Parts: sequence; C-alpha cells; structure tokens
Amino acid sequence: MKVLVPVKRVVDYNVKVRPKSDGSDADLANLKMSINPFCEIAVEEAVRLKEKGIISEIIAVSVGVQQAQEQLRTALALGADRAILVVTDVAIEPLAIAKCLKAICDKENPQIVLLGKQAIDGDNNQTGQMLGALTGYPQATFASELTLSNDGARVKREVDGGLQTLSLNLPAIVTTDLRLNEPRYASLPNIMKAKRKPLDTITPEELGVDVTPRTSLVNVRLPAERQAGVVVEDVAALVDKLKNEAKVIS
Amino acid sequence: MSNLIIAEHDNASLKAATLNSVTAAQAIGGDIDILVAGNACQAAADQAAQVVGITRVLMADNTAYDHALAENVAPLIAELGANYTHILATATTTAKNILPRAAALLDVQAISDISAIISSDTFERPVYAGSMIATVKSSDAIKVITVRGTAFDAAVNEGGTATIEMILSEHDAGNSSFVGEEVAKSDRPELTAAKTVVSGGRALGSEEQFSMIYQLADHMGAAVGASRAAVDAGYAPNDMQVGQTGKIVAPDLYMAIGISGAIQHLAGMKDSKVIVAINKDEEAPIFSVADYGLVADLFVALPDLEAAL
Repeated sequence: MKVLVPVKRVVDYNVKVRPKSDGSDADLANLKMSINPFCEIAVEEAVRLKEKGIISEIIAVSVGVQQAQEQLRTALALGADRAILVVTDVAIEPLAIAKCLKAICDKENPQIVLLGKQAIDGDNNQTGQMLGALTGYPQATFASELTLSNDGARVKREVDGGLQTLSLNLPAIVTTDLRLNEPRYASLPNIMKAKRKPLDTITPEELGVDVTPRTSLVNVRLPAERQAGVVVEDVAALVDKLKNEAKVIS
Repeated sequence: MSNLIIAEHDNASLKAATLNSVTAAQAIGGDIDILVAGNACQAAADQAAQVVGITRVLMADNTAYDHALAENVAPLIAELGANYTHILATATTTAKNILPRAAALLDVQAISDISAIISSDTFERPVYAGSMIATVKSSDAIKVITVRGTAFDAAVNEGGTATIEMILSEHDAGNSSFVGEEVAKSDRPELTAAKTVVSGGRALGSEEQFSMIYQLADHMGAAVGASRAAVDAGYAPNDMQVGQTGKIVAPDLYMAIGISGAIQHLAGMKDSKVIVAINKDEEAPIFSVADYGLVADLFVALPDLEAAL
C-alpha cells in the first residue's frame, strides 16, 4: 500500500512572527523555517505504518518554493522513500495546493493520504478536506488514532464534544491532530541517507493546475496589545479585585 | 447579497454556536437562510426557525446526513449554496471538517475563522497563532466562511418567524460510516460559551491533582479548560484544550492556573475580558496578558481561593 504525505514549509513554531514595516505581509526574512509540526506527525504516522508492514512506500510531497526541498529532505530523513516538489513562487492557497495534490494522486494512486490538519502559518485547516472534495475520497480530520488495513481505515477523531470514530473505505484522507503520535528525531545516518533518496521536481503548469490566488492579502497588523495588569499580594487581594474592581464575581 | 448558514446541531437541538454566524451574516447583509441537515432533525429545525433574522430554514432530513459525515453533507451544501453569495458556519470542529470540502466542490478558496467583517468580500482573520491579524479580500463569486464564535455576539434565539422548507435532495457517498463516539457528559457550562473558565496547566502535575481545577470550577459555576501541555500529559481530555489548535474562548473571566502561557495557548484565550493568572514562576509569559497575577504555589492558593469565593 502506498501513502502520500504532503508537508508544508513554515516558520519554525518557536519563532515569533511580526508584520513587515509596511504591513503588506508577514516578515519572514531570515527566519528559521521548518516542517509544519502537524505534517511532521503525518510523516511519523506513515513511517510507523511502514514499520508495521502495512505500508510499502511513503511519498512525501510539498507544494511551494524551491527551498521546500529542505523540508522534503527532512521527511526523507524521517523515513519517506521518495519526494516530489511541486515548485511555485506563487503565494499558494489551500485550494491550489489541493489541486496539485489531486494531480499527484491521479499519477501515484495512493491508498491513503496523510496530512497535517492545519499549517501553523495560515492556520487555515482546509487542504485535506479540499483534497477530499477533489478526489472524492472519504476523509477523517483531526485524527488521534488510526488503524489501517487493506479493508479500510478506522479513525478516532478529536471533536468538540470528545472523540468520534469513523470507518472509511480506501483510498482515504486522514488529517493529523496533536496526539496521534510523537514524532521521532532524524538520526545522522538517516539524514545522510536522505540526501541520496530521489526528489523529483515538477511545476503546477506541468500538472495542469492553475494556482492563481483567489484571495488577496490587503494587509497584516499586530492585534490590539493586551496591557499587563497588576500582581496582587495574596488570594484575599485577588478576590477583592475580582469583586470590587473587575466586578466579575459577586 | 444572500447568506446560507450551516447549522450546528444534534438533531434534537440547535447548538448555540450557530447564533454567532447569524450575527456575522447580519453584518454582511441580505437575506439569511439556515440549513439544518441531519437525521430526524425537526426539533433542531424548529429551533432554527425561532432565531431572529432568519428568512427560511432549509431542512434536509435524511439518514445520509446523520452525524454530519463530510462526504454526504458537503455536496448538499455545494448544491444549495450555489444560489447564495455567502455560506457561513461557526468554526466548530464540525464546520472545519465540512466547509472546506464544500468550498472545493464549488471551486472556492474558503476563508477560515474570520474575526471581523470589513465588507461583503473583505474579512479579518488571525494568522500565525493570533500573533497577527490579516485582512483578506476574496475574488470568488461565492464566499465560504467559517466564523470565530468569540468575535461575534450570539443572535437572539427566540421570537423569529422563519418558514421551514423541506430539502429532499439526497447525497450518500457510501464511502464512510460513523462507528461511535465518546462524548464527555458534564453538567458544567459549555467551554466556548461559558462566562467563567477555569483552566489548568502542566503544573497540576497529575490527573488526580487536576481535579482541583474541577472543584474550583464547580464552586464558581465555571467551565473547565486545559493547556495543551496538560492534555498531552493526560491530565485532562482533548476537548478541554484551549489554544491555537484547540478551542477559542473569550469569557468574562478566565483563570489560568499553573499555565505558563505559550503563544499557542494565548491564541485561544487572550480575548477574554478579565484574565487571572496563578503561577509560581513570576517570569511566566502568562503574566504579560493577565489583568491580575498571583505569584504563588497553586496547591496553596487554590484551596484558599475556593474558601474565599
């Protein structure tokens, strides 16, 4: 069984991002870039399924700038077998990414596509669901447990009220939540080995996909700054403030 | 302009989250219809008809729409939604699951989690875990939008006079099925709608000790939240997680107990009216957003607090 794992290049989650001085976009100059944490969980899940013998091949895909090769190399070091970069300089949106992934699915015929539930830059939480629409594959978003066999996928999902379990026919789409697994670190020998694994590059045009953005970014700004308040001496002072100053308790 | 709202419901009742989308649709302007797709969902449709500002309730009552399976409900939304300028739903896990799928069927780039409406095609939304607000303008003919519940007031849910129309269209993809659910039963207020939220972090130290949070919350009639660290450590269930990838809350009073205040947690609670932080580390980032900070050992402060309230 083949698995496709899309990964996104994003600003590292430890980095605080600020707007450019003209407010036209986020200022990403010289910031550390990493594989999106949710995508990393997807790669880890694929590797575990391969270790269990359920999956035979892991294909990592990224849609984005040339430098996204770095994140694909990370995925290869973590255990992906080969990688495909759909290279574009367009500020690419989830719908266009999903269209590129659909075209890759048509070529590769994966039985399962494992994606992060959202990227920590745009916080859109759309690509997996959109790929589901375009391919017609069933979807299980926000997965915290995945059981895969040749007969289908059983997925436990994190939903507002608790947990929900769905059963999906294959091929299927699963998007990962935080508690699906804890990703491993790539070992040095695996990082070296990853440099020799195949990484193909293709363009959206070659895939027949129009990636022209549908939305435009008018500006970005900092949110209203919250003023730090006061430090109170003790519990009695806290209760007094809440009752008499903030008036949020009676 | 014409708006179609996708109702959040459990067949028996309309979920309060739906009401925030109604207010967002009113800000956009034009007629507002609401889709109630479910199985034996008459009661939820009746409640939707009571919401002030709704013109029509579209009721799609079919076993295929039970449990809101995305494979079945998204094509229904795409079919009905093609007649509207705006399709909206409050950004619950149900809506986040379904709306992007419907948007792609309509060949629309959806806009997630809007926090303000600038005009009928321009919206504000938080990005990078809320560290910036982006203003985005859509060029699609139909706007497919999820709405941040805490950013819009709830519409009035009684006194409305909408008509209910039956939608007979059936979409049954047959490639997914509901197996079961583990839903936490609780008498506490719902986390995203509560006036007071008491949240615990990793400093609680264990699932047993996390019960101190429940105790204080029950004493105050509050909902219970948790940091990602506390959920990851197994002290609290996933549906209590407040933050970038968990629930977004904005209560009148948010009490952060033993929570350091990682950016992804702040993203979920910094719009609360009053924030209280109790932490023994005076350098903890949570104090930079708290109105009232108490530098103290929570195991000492919590019993005192409970006694004093």
